[in-house]
Amino acid sequence: MSNQNDYDRIERNAKRRKLIKNTVIYIFLAIWGLMVLFPFYWMILSSIKSYSAYSSEYIPKFFTLSPTLQNYSEAFTAVPLGKYFLNTLIFTLCTTVLMMVVIILAAFAFARLEFRGKNIVFALFLSLMMIPNELVIITNFVTITDLGLRNTFAGLILPSVTSVFYIYLLKENFEAIPEELYKAAKVDGTSDFKYLVRVMLPISQPTIVTIIILKVIECWNSYVWPRLITDNSNYFLVSNGIQEIRENGFGRENIPAMMAAVVVISVPLIVLFLIFRKKIMAGVSRGGTKG
Amino acid sequence: MKVVLDHLTKKFPNRNKKVGGFVVAVNDFTFEIPDGKLIGLLGPSGCGKSTTLNLICGLEKPTEGRILFGDDDVTGLPPEVRGVGLVFQNYALYPHLTVEENIMFPLGNLRGEEKLTKQQMKDKALEAAKLVQIDSLMERKPNELSGGQQQRVAIARALVKMPKVLLLDEPLSNLDARLRLQTREELRRIQNETGITTVFVTHDQEEAMSISDMIVVMKDGVLQQIGIPQEVYDEPVNLFVAKFLGTPAINVFEGRVKGGSLYIGEDSVLDVKGVDDRDVYVAIRPEGFIVDDSGRMKCTLLRREVMGRDSSVVAKNDAFIGETIRAIISSETKVDTSKPDIRFSLKPAKTYLFDRSTEERIRFSV
Amino acid sequence: MKNNLKGWLYLLPAVIFLGVFMVYPLIDVIVYSFEEGYNFASQSYTGTGLYNYSYVLRDPYFTQALKNTFIIVIITVPLSTGLALLISLGLSSIPKVRELFQTIYFLPYVTNTLAVGLVFMILFKKTAYTDGMVNLLVKAFGGEAVDFIGGPYWAKMFVMCFYTIWIVLPFKILILTSALASVNETYYKAAKVDGTRPGRIFGRITLPMIAPMIFYLVITGFIGAFKAYSDEVALFGTDLNAAGMNTIVGYVYDMLYGNSGGYPSFASAAAIILFAIVFTITCINLLLSKKSSVF
Repeated sequence: MSNQNDYDRIERNAKRRKLIKNTVIYIFLAIWGLMVLFPFYWMILSSIKSYSAYSSEYIPKFFTLSPTLQNYSEAFTAVPLGKYFLNTLIFTLCTTVLMMVVIILAAFAFARLEFRGKNIVFALFLSLMMIPNELVIITNFVTITDLGLRNTFAGLILPSVTSVFYIYLLKENFEAIPEELYKAAKVDGTSDFKYLVRVMLPISQPTIVTIIILKVIECWNSYVWPRLITDNSNYFLVSNGIQEIRENGFGRENIPAMMAAVVVISVPLIVLFLIFRKKIMAGVSRGGTKG
Repeated sequence: MKVVLDHLTKKFPNRNKKVGGFVVAVNDFTFEIPDGKLIGLLGPSGCGKSTTLNLICGLEKPTEGRILFGDDDVTGLPPEVRGVGLVFQNYALYPHLTVEENIMFPLGNLRGEEKLTKQQMKDKALEAAKLVQIDSLMERKPNELSGGQQQRVAIARALVKMPKVLLLDEPLSNLDARLRLQTREELRRIQNETGITTVFVTHDQEEAMSISDMIVVMKDGVLQQIGIPQEVYDEPVNLFVAKFLGTPAINVFEGRVKGGSLYIGEDSVLDVKGVDDRDVYVAIRPEGFIVDDSGRMKCTLLRREVMGRDSSVVAKNDAFIGETIRAIISSETKVDTSKPDIRFSLKPAKTYLFDRSTEERIRFSV
Repeated sequence: MKNNLKGWLYLLPAVIFLGVFMVYPLIDVIVYSFEEGYNFASQSYTGTGLYNYSYVLRDPYFTQALKNTFIIVIITVPLSTGLALLISLGLSSIPKVRELFQTIYFLPYVTNTLAVGLVFMILFKKTAYTDGMVNLLVKAFGGEAVDFIGGPYWAKMFVMCFYTIWIVLPFKILILTSALASVNETYYKAAKVDGTRPGRIFGRITLPMIAPMIFYLVITGFIGAFKAYSDEVALFGTDLNAAGMNTIVGYVYDMLYGNSGGYPSFASAAAIILFAIVFTITCINLLLSKKSSVF
């Protein structure tokens, strides 16, 4: 039975090793989780500390016993945070809607219509995917300035209403819809446009939602182009607003009010994320990179 | 190596969290696999046969019960210490390694005194490859091989460590019909040559019956019957086993026993002695029918289908459970297809009675 | 003929927008980069040649930006990819709470870089009134308080890299977790039956199978890190030259607009240099991945 003793020992060792391994993994993952969550905690915490309490803490406290919402009202009154918000909303909505129209039409043309030069144009489109934004932004800046569109929504929106990548993504999706459906619609005398709206769009809804979500995230966080094209705070988006607040608003030391503004700006996307968590994560892993 | 499963039970937490509780995959399973035999674990999908295989191999731990290899209790042991080889349904060959590297992979895990030199590993791999006749393909990658060749590589990889027990999970299900026939003979040959106790899982009764020394029929995690294939086919212990084995499937009727006579519909079709008056299921093998103008069982004749060596008569009867009755008869037998009806007499040895509620076999004598 | 027209009609908006805002600028930027002494107001230039390039390459602000960018790339790309791999491996071995952790880890992806950058600045900054949160930790471990935002170069670079990793990790974790999940479970079962040690499983099975995804992440990581800009602004403010933390992209924008702005020719030259660097490194990456790819 010495064999059996050996076996028992092996069994015990395997169990212990597994326990140690799992503990290490949990600790490691928890540490990174803490690193991710801590800035969020800190921003909420700081935003509900009163200015005087915050300033008097030479050693910052990890909690507060007298939370206040004062900073939030200040964030909306002392700087035009509401205005920034509205601007971002308008910018995001217009850009997303316009882009969806443009890319849906283009993707449909590539996926289902036959016309001369289609393959060459598509190859050209694909090659544009490699062009980094930084390269074209210089001329775009000059173009928009020459057109007198600085400090207008048109100037903000127009350069970002097409995306070769999304056209490509959508075209692939459209092509996955069986061609028999298209032929059946043709036999019934359905027009191309009607077929696109009534058949293809509903079927491709998951992809379209994914693209919308990714574009909204991109718009909400966009900073570089708005910064170049606006210097009138009436047209600032939230990112530029934050930068403005940081450099000129509230007085540089009113950090609780700043944090309140940061919370307000961060909340919409986080709420959106928590609602559409699965869709967003699936969409991003399908090919969205940040920016 | 003899393998003993002793009151083995495996429960999984229910996947549907709202329902909660457990799903019993294997329920109080007891049987002994004799040394050096080829055993077929047979049952419909979801009956717990793959779980049983995983338990023997050690990938899963039983909830209750013991597993013995020879006299050693291996219940709690991780798979690598048990000395088992496992062949997966989809072969699980590493796509980035060559055939030779795949076969050598298990040997590379040996450490300490068991550690082998590169040359020893190559020799052993070649030996295993020769056994399954793929020694000419050693430098290929798995995606350059046919399904049957991949299967052989998988078997060679499982054999290279000379396991005490070889386990195969649906080994033939990914092959086309012709290859399946060829590979199952191959499997039989390899098992004969190595003498390793082999257990394989399948849902294909024909496959199990054709090559196994013994078959084990399972349903819903419960063992139904163990025996040599012919015996299980001839003497099924319950309606499930009777229905599961045999193609075309057995024909099942509602019937009743009255005064030592078996009735299907209004016809008294067979004398059955020693059975009390009761309602029964009557199951008749397709080869249990004899076309006979004076036969006691009358059915509506639909058509005759010729299949070459023999042919089948397709018929109807109100007491039949299912669509159509299928009787296999020799091609020489004459059937008058102009008549609307056909009469059969039954072979008592191919006719089985089962209890209406328990579906257990009721034995009778003629 | 009618069909031809219809196809082009559907394509028209996309073609117009891409033509105006992508194809034309692409050609134009190259032209700009060779036009010497371009004047924004009069839209005239004095000559053509390579002067813009040589000016940019000799500009100390540019060399500083180049150095900063390279440091960020070299530190953050391997570190973030490695860390993401470790985290994803950890995640794949704890199925029970994986979703919770995944959700938390993904949060930085959906936050406004500028906004959270402000929080990081506050955590790391040392002012007259407070040493800040992070310095509390530094002191707890016996170190001396440093101003990570306005202090020595290495401290600023540390925050910079830390924040960059914090921002890019969600994407990498997501990609690697799904890559790991897509490795067929039976490979691991087969390896387990053979008694393969965890290290060997990782090296011989997992790694080769997810290698294409790792290469993808490294390539996109390089491209992304070379384009670093808004993370820097988030931490150090818009005047990156003064902070000594400018990046190549930052240099381009500063040349175009901002305190030292109004020189589209210099901006164009710098942008093309950046593109050349990124292009070269991407090609090298692709070559390497082809060579070591096993499939």
